[in-house]
Amino acid sequence: MTMTKMTLKTEGDTHVLVTRRFAASPEALYRAHTEPKLIQKWLLGPEGWTMPVCISDAQTGGSIRYEWTDGKGGAFHLTGEFLELEPYSRILHVERMHLPDPTPDNHVETRFDAEGAGTLMTLRMTLPDARTRAVMLASGMERGMEASYVRLDGMI
Amino acid sequence: MYTSSLDAAFAALADPTRRAILARLAAGEATVTQLAEPFEFTQPAISQHLKVLEGAGLIASRVDGTKRPRRLVGAGIEAMDEWLAMVREAMERNYDRLDDVLAAMEIDKSKERKRDDDDKDDT
Repeated sequence: MTMTKMTLKTEGDTHVLVTRRFAASPEALYRAHTEPKLIQKWLLGPEGWTMPVCISDAQTGGSIRYEWTDGKGGAFHLTGEFLELEPYSRILHVERMHLPDPTPDNHVETRFDAEGAGTLMTLRMTLPDARTRAVMLASGMERGMEASYVRLDGMI
Repeated sequence: MYTSSLDAAFAALADPTRRAILARLAAGEATVTQLAEPFEFTQPAISQHLKVLEGAGLIASRVDGTKRPRRLVGAGIEAMDEWLAMVREAMERNYDRLDDVLAAMEIDKSKERKRDDDDKDDT
């Protein structure tokens, strides 16, 4: 087993910082975060949830739409846009949960840095203000990850 | 499970002054005067923050003569810790699945290499 412990913490009043190490290349991580068929395999949150709809148009200004369902009537979705893409090291996008009212925009910067034979992923969320971050950590993430990037999530 | 009181607790923590008050109370019981000292706030302003923290179930007070010292309420803090642990767990589950996805991508890639005679394997 590799050392892959995730860290999740808040930074300042409006950021959430998540780090995780993976035994794969930055290129593989980048693809797993941008290609719908790959995203649908892991970004699911708790057991029992699936993502039947995944739109991920990985280009500047491209749309993001994830729809989750628990197969028992539970469903929610997330929309967003890609703002900056630097294959295979960095993704900046904005996202919001629809619960069903949209949550305030969460700007997410995801970095993939080669480290040894693997990759260090650093995810930095920026919320509009401290209260939004607090509420996202408390409720938005519950559904999102329903919880998954608690989801973040420092956030926390 | 998630409750509205948990929501109130997280909202209460959104304010830096209130976080500082909790940090001070983590070191032990304190009166309003003692809590106001490190801040450039009036006692009424601090009392307002204390009211929010109390409403969120994070602190409690007792009567001691004319004073009402405040203290942390463990259960409120624990509920938040438990909640964050759940959030963390859901994310960790995602990333554990991602480990498997990445491993499968690696296998697909080596199959592709085998199929493609022109592709020189440089590993």
